[in-house]
Amino acid sequence: MRIPTILTCLMTIAFLLAASCGGGGQEGGIIRIDGSSTVFPITEAVAEEFQKENPARVTIGVSGTGGGFKKFCSGETAITGASRPIKPTEIELCGGHGVDYIELPVAYDGIAVVVHPDNDWVDHLTVEELKVLWQPEAQTKVVRWSQVRQGWPDEEIHLFGPGVDSGTFDYFTKAIVGEEHASRGDFTSSEDDNVLVQGISTDGLALGFFGYAYYAENSGKLRLMPVDDGDEGNGAGPIAASPTTVADGTYQPLSRPIFIYVDKGAAERAEVQAFVDFYLRNATVLVEEVGYIALPKRAYDLVSERFTNRVTGSLFAGSGSKVGVTVEDLLGGT
Amino acid sequence: MAEPRSTAKGTAAEAVALISNAARARTNGPSAPLRERLIEVGLRGCGLLSIFTTASIILVLAIETFAFFREVTLAQFLFDTQWTPLFVDKHFGIWPLVSGTVLTTGIAILVALPFGLLAAIYLSEFAGQGVRRLLKPALEMLAGIPTIVYGYFALVFMTPILQAVIPGLAGFNSLSAGMIMGIMVIPMISSLAEDALYAVPNSVREGAYALGATRLSTIFRVVVPAAVSGIAASVILAVSRAIGETMIVAIAAGQQPRLTLDPRVPVETMTAYIVQVSMGDTPTGTLEYRSIFVVGATLFVMTFTMNFVSQRLTRRYRSAV
Amino acid sequence: MKQIGRRRGVVIERLFVALCLGAVIVPLGLVLVLLGNVLSDAAQRLDWAFLTSFPSRKAALAGVYPAFVGTLYLGFITAGLALPLGVGAAIYLEEYERRGRLANLIELNIANLAGVPSVIYGLLGLGLFVRVAGMGRSLLSGAATLALLVLPIVIMASREALRTVPLSLREGSYALGATRWQTIRQVVLPMALPGILTGSILAVSRAVGETAPLIIVGALTYVTLLPDGLGSPFTALPIQIFNWVSRPQAEFLLNAAAGIVVLLGTMLALNTTAILLRNRYQKRTY
Repeated sequence: MRIPTILTCLMTIAFLLAASCGGGGQEGGIIRIDGSSTVFPITEAVAEEFQKENPARVTIGVSGTGGGFKKFCSGETAITGASRPIKPTEIELCGGHGVDYIELPVAYDGIAVVVHPDNDWVDHLTVEELKVLWQPEAQTKVVRWSQVRQGWPDEEIHLFGPGVDSGTFDYFTKAIVGEEHASRGDFTSSEDDNVLVQGISTDGLALGFFGYAYYAENSGKLRLMPVDDGDEGNGAGPIAASPTTVADGTYQPLSRPIFIYVDKGAAERAEVQAFVDFYLRNATVLVEEVGYIALPKRAYDLVSERFTNRVTGSLFAGSGSKVGVTVEDLLGGT
Repeated sequence: MAEPRSTAKGTAAEAVALISNAARARTNGPSAPLRERLIEVGLRGCGLLSIFTTASIILVLAIETFAFFREVTLAQFLFDTQWTPLFVDKHFGIWPLVSGTVLTTGIAILVALPFGLLAAIYLSEFAGQGVRRLLKPALEMLAGIPTIVYGYFALVFMTPILQAVIPGLAGFNSLSAGMIMGIMVIPMISSLAEDALYAVPNSVREGAYALGATRLSTIFRVVVPAAVSGIAASVILAVSRAIGETMIVAIAAGQQPRLTLDPRVPVETMTAYIVQVSMGDTPTGTLEYRSIFVVGATLFVMTFTMNFVSQRLTRRYRSAV
Repeated sequence: MKQIGRRRGVVIERLFVALCLGAVIVPLGLVLVLLGNVLSDAAQRLDWAFLTSFPSRKAALAGVYPAFVGTLYLGFITAGLALPLGVGAAIYLEEYERRGRLANLIELNIANLAGVPSVIYGLLGLGLFVRVAGMGRSLLSGAATLALLVLPIVIMASREALRTVPLSLREGSYALGATRWQTIRQVVLPMALPGILTGSILAVSRAVGETAPLIIVGALTYVTLLPDGLGSPFTALPIQIFNWVSRPQAEFLLNAAAGIVVLLGTMLALNTTAILLRNRYQKRTY
């Protein structure tokens, strides 16, 4: 009789799988990572290289800095990537769940402001103009290029930017508009920077911003806009984002450190410890390969020390992003 | 062992009585063995699962929707023209997402209706049996291709071609997604409309020929009107399918909610919004989380109504013919 | 006058037939051309290494291994869940309760559920399995969601198959003193099995191609592990294709094309098995 055979086959498979179910897989040595789309390329590169030397079981989600923190603080992930420091509300959330975090800066990023390569009327943008474009008051009001600067075409402007769960969004709004999260809502928003690249590179009227690595990876399809912050002190005139200008601090205000946060409890697991050590050891090479700006060697040594000593708490005293800081200054003070 | 010949009639009578009793019995009576009753209960449970599923869908959607409306008024939802639930300047109007859905669906139907209807007419009125047996499944295969593949087509092939033809076409737009979606739903219209046309009795056609009508006028003046409720049912079903489509629009139509009828700009459909937000895995209890269920509820109501109307129309044409 | 009119009528009619035939051929041809393009793009990437590699940031090294395995697991578990439940429901509707309010209600529900968009099933999976039942973003949640999605298809196909069994066979069984369940298990089901299996395999093939519910219930962007249990995180072919399509670099589109070929190949294999099964068993009966 075929029925019993076939049915029992299916049942057996189902039950075998059920039997091998390891309680959600947490104990099975899976390193769960989530968080920022900006940091994702670095973590992905590290995971890939790590896997060549160790049988790793790594999963990486891209929920955005904010989304990543929510999962991290509920204990769902061991490591979370963040393109801005942890906020007071998130510190509270973690505290409420008994999660201790170790804050580890891993690279510098300059937020690239880009347009389509065929866009020939924009030569640079000032911080003021960006503010006019992105502040909440601009919602449905500032919708054409000509409204931003005299002489620009009277065409629709198609805006692209990270979504509200993105650390890049948080940092950009703080640096440009002056208040975190203060932004218009009528633009194409996505926590996945790849979507933004795709949108801008195929739309002649587009303008958007995201982490520098995504520009570096797609420089043939995008045109980078220099930004003028009006401050002669750190470089006169419009400065374009580049590894040099970010490293020497002239690309302001859109340079910032990016981080990974490690769950102190999870750091006790051998595989997590090995992963983070590997991360910090190879950061210089991989960060540059991906397109971000590596910290100076001394900074990475300090960060490694921070991890080895399991130093918890935030360097930013829980006040969130600070515009225009260097990691060595912060770490030196510890 | 009784002699077969002498009690044949008696045995036959008993057998007939037994069979008719068994055939008449709907469920096991109270005297049936326990095992039988347990199995019946188990199977009934399987049947009830479908009711459970529908109830769960309605419950899950309703609970989060009610929670949503504790923070947002119904007036805001129905009358605002912006959808920015997550930003500082919050707006909760559903219309931008609905307009995105309507725009892509409209374009899809504009493509699918002529092709589907003409294909149905061909298969029903002109094609021979062999051709029909070959082409009808071939068309239905179109509906079997996974939508992610269609999304890939839309982004990689359709959009560049359209961009060459239409200057100023944004990379994300509803035209490209709508046209590909149209191709995907052609089989829904062609198959069901063809069934409706095929079901029109030949006597009706012959009557028209007898009155001197040409083939074309017969088709357009007699057969199609006779099958109109079936055709309408197929179109409504196709609309319902297009409204619920996710991957094609998520990949190719964009993620910018805006109230517009311009097919050249990025928009966002209801389904794309749901996918976009759930990719970020928002935790339970936030307004963000609830917003995807509200949009889902709206979607459910729309497709449910359409399916219901379509079923009614189908029943009507089936009984009329 | 009438001659010219009739000839023109014939010409118009022929043009119209050609137009209608075009309406059938054009979409088919277009899709064939697109599929051909996908195949030629995929040929650049598709090889054994592609099938056995994990995802990577370098397009040339990225492969579908965890996604393919995930899809296979999902297919099996979905079948394991949907088949017994679906066939059970079909048996109940066909053998036990053909008419009556309960049967009508169940039928109504099945008809409606068949038309519900897959996104809604994703939301159901998210709200019910991931959150309320606490199964988290696991293989089981994904499979359970897909099982609910394809259940109407399994039920409808099984009912059709059960209906093909002649009433006389059942009556003969009852006449021999068999109980209802004995009749079903030993007479009806074996005969209906080919049809049931065919319908079920087609349903699983449909489940394998679904993307939206899986994204809502479980998506991860980067996975270097194979699922090791029902509670394990997972990825699947449609999700992996979606990830690659979302990347703007042109090389990843080749990966997406190769992934599509693997997906379509899997579905084709399933569908062919279903049809072969049906043909083989159809020859055996009578």
